[in-house]
Amino acid sequence: MFDSLTDRLGTVFDKLTRRGALSEADVDAALREVRQALLEADVALPVARNFIAKVRERAVGQEVVKSVSPGHMVVKIVHDTLVDTLGSESVEINLNAVPPAPILMVGLQGSGKTTTTAKLAKRLVERDKKKVLMASLDTRRPAAMEQLKILGEQINVPTLPIVEGQNPKDIAKRAMQSARLQGFDVVILDTAGRMHMDEALMAEVQAVRDVCQPVETLLVADSLTGQDAVNVAEQFNKRLSLTGIVLTRVDGDGRGGAALSMRAVTGCPIKLLGVGEKLDELEAFHPDRIAGRILGMGDVVSLVERASESIDQQEAEKLAKKVQKGQFDLNDLLEQLRQISKMGGLDGLMAMLPGVGKIKKQMAEAKIDPKLLKRQEAIILSMTAQERLQPKLIHASRKKRIAAGSGTSVQEINRLMKQFKQMSGMMKKVSKLGKKGMMRQGLAGLGGPGGAMQGMPGMPGQIPPR
Amino acid sequence: MKMDKPGLFSRLKAGLSRTAGNFNAGLTSVFTKRRLDAAALEELEDLLIAADLGPAVAARVSGKLAAERFDKEISEHEIKAALAEVMTEILEPVARPLAIDSTNRPHVILVVGVNGTGKTTTIGKIAHNLRAEGKSVVMAAADTFRAAAIEQLEVWGQRSAATVVRRDVGADPAAVAYEGLQQAQALNADVLLVDTAGRLQNKAGLMDELAKVVRVLGKLDAKAPHDCLLVLDATTGQNALRQVEVFADVCNVTGLAMTKLDGTARGGVLVAVAERFTLPVHYIGIGEGIDDLQPFAATPFARAVAGLDG
Repeated sequence: MFDSLTDRLGTVFDKLTRRGALSEADVDAALREVRQALLEADVALPVARNFIAKVRERAVGQEVVKSVSPGHMVVKIVHDTLVDTLGSESVEINLNAVPPAPILMVGLQGSGKTTTTAKLAKRLVERDKKKVLMASLDTRRPAAMEQLKILGEQINVPTLPIVEGQNPKDIAKRAMQSARLQGFDVVILDTAGRMHMDEALMAEVQAVRDVCQPVETLLVADSLTGQDAVNVAEQFNKRLSLTGIVLTRVDGDGRGGAALSMRAVTGCPIKLLGVGEKLDELEAFHPDRIAGRILGMGDVVSLVERASESIDQQEAEKLAKKVQKGQFDLNDLLEQLRQISKMGGLDGLMAMLPGVGKIKKQMAEAKIDPKLLKRQEAIILSMTAQERLQPKLIHASRKKRIAAGSGTSVQEINRLMKQFKQMSGMMKKVSKLGKKGMMRQGLAGLGGPGGAMQGMPGMPGQIPPR
Repeated sequence: MKMDKPGLFSRLKAGLSRTAGNFNAGLTSVFTKRRLDAAALEELEDLLIAADLGPAVAARVSGKLAAERFDKEISEHEIKAALAEVMTEILEPVARPLAIDSTNRPHVILVVGVNGTGKTTTIGKIAHNLRAEGKSVVMAAADTFRAAAIEQLEVWGQRSAATVVRRDVGADPAAVAYEGLQQAQALNADVLLVDTAGRLQNKAGLMDELAKVVRVLGKLDAKAPHDCLLVLDATTGQNALRQVEVFADVCNVTGLAMTKLDGTARGGVLVAVAERFTLPVHYIGIGEGIDDLQPFAATPFARAVAGLDG
């Protein structure tokens, strides 16, 4: 019943793809669906309206190139408009100030300010080699200051010592003072959550702003936010002149319509995305990727990046050589399973691949267990070294032993062995394609019986690259 | 609940008036004495969508108006009344207070939800209310993940003079819940409130963890948890429907609370949730103060959202 924006647009454009010519009525029908989908995805009404108008403007008068299907043209126009609305490029955190550069974190209650503060600090320390001080100005929520202190200890970033009874403005002053004396590069000020129309609290945070003159005032906002996103962003922007937005809980299954809304009404760049509960799960915002995700074109850029980060280059080369010699064994399969786990597991990969919605549904229908990788790993780990090198040794009694050892069943072992056979067969065939080709095949082989991922709809892949 | 406490209703209205005000601004501009034609209906539908009611409810309300008043002149007040009526109709069956069954020793309430919806704060306020009614309360700090969540609950424990059962950060939440129930049984407490870590409903591992908490509580008392309260954030959009669906599936949610209704968020998604899941709505949160948790009542909620008096 609740279709994600991706699914929704997927079906609309499927319909369009199948037709020959694109009439005005087709465009209107498609745009109605797009509008409905945007609204269901929590894009604020005025923003959705503008967006549709922009798309229509671009679509009308557009010559339909014969070699491109009309559906794809609409997809491309929608995609481009999405990217334009989201902001055409990613904007880094600005630290151009006489140190210490103050960063002010603001937002509603429960949007994730404190967690984001710690994540940002960690990022600035590790990526930009900055000396960062964090200070909590949250004198309202019980234990909020302790929360930041504990997070600081976890990531090894100092926090301003807690002094009971100080007001936020004084804490901000003290933070700046102490950062100046101790030679910090950056001070991140975490504020209490507040409602945007709470006059007293908005005045309070304005006073803090005036005291510390932040180079960055970041609105931390929940990506699951509904229509209210425009009000929140507009009000915070009006009172504090935001310099950027951090979207949190992007790892949820919301479609992130709030991103579009907030960006559109404030004109502020979305700078960072919170994509998990762990403190390193903060990513730079790439409008292209998000637009692609919304449109069901997949977040291939992220996938490639994640892959290059997690896959050990040497291991990969070693594997390539083995494959070329036709020596692919179970140890190599184990290595592949582990690499996929490192890249966020099957779920993580799925979320980034094109045609996500459909595959996810297929996975759910086929009851593919997200723990499949772990169990397969356990199976291989329950084999002897000899068995891993010579899988042919594994006969019935050995299978029983392996099943008992890994807490699985003989059936599952059979399935793994079948998959292994298919993979090594494929490996031989594609060995000349080199590393890239191999990886793709490896993933396809993992789709379990029948290879669910082989049934991936090819539609989005045909969109001309920008 | 102290229903007769002076100022309660005005507090509720104060909290919701901004919601209504915002909504009305749009409504008034569109519907000051106007023929109810197709364009007007579409605009009404849009306004309902803008209130986070969701496309389904929006279509139903405007459909109802169309059936009765199509092509007739309709005033702003009539629109509001019809709107309130339809929303009341949907909300009335789900407006049920959280009932503590005193034969349960203790009555176990598991509190769940995604991150940052206000679970701990809501628990603190519920504990305060229960204590004010003279009930003995134990709270189990089973959010062992978020930094300082335990300390936060302890502060609420002091404020409401309730016992807090805790373990260290990183402990198994199910173990904390179990220990909480053991202690509450030993103390012959009236109510046990179990605070859990926020979790996104699409994280299978974390949802399994929650299922384990339920299972383990069942070992000490086959009927526990007697209630499972899902806390929703009023600023959340249509994803709230997904949240209810998945949490209900995993831990048998028996009721809802909606927080942060003191902002401009319309909370209209609650109407959509009520229509689709018919789960009882127990509480609404309209502020950060210890008294700012109110029992949910359909008529005032619907009328306040529609911008009608009393």
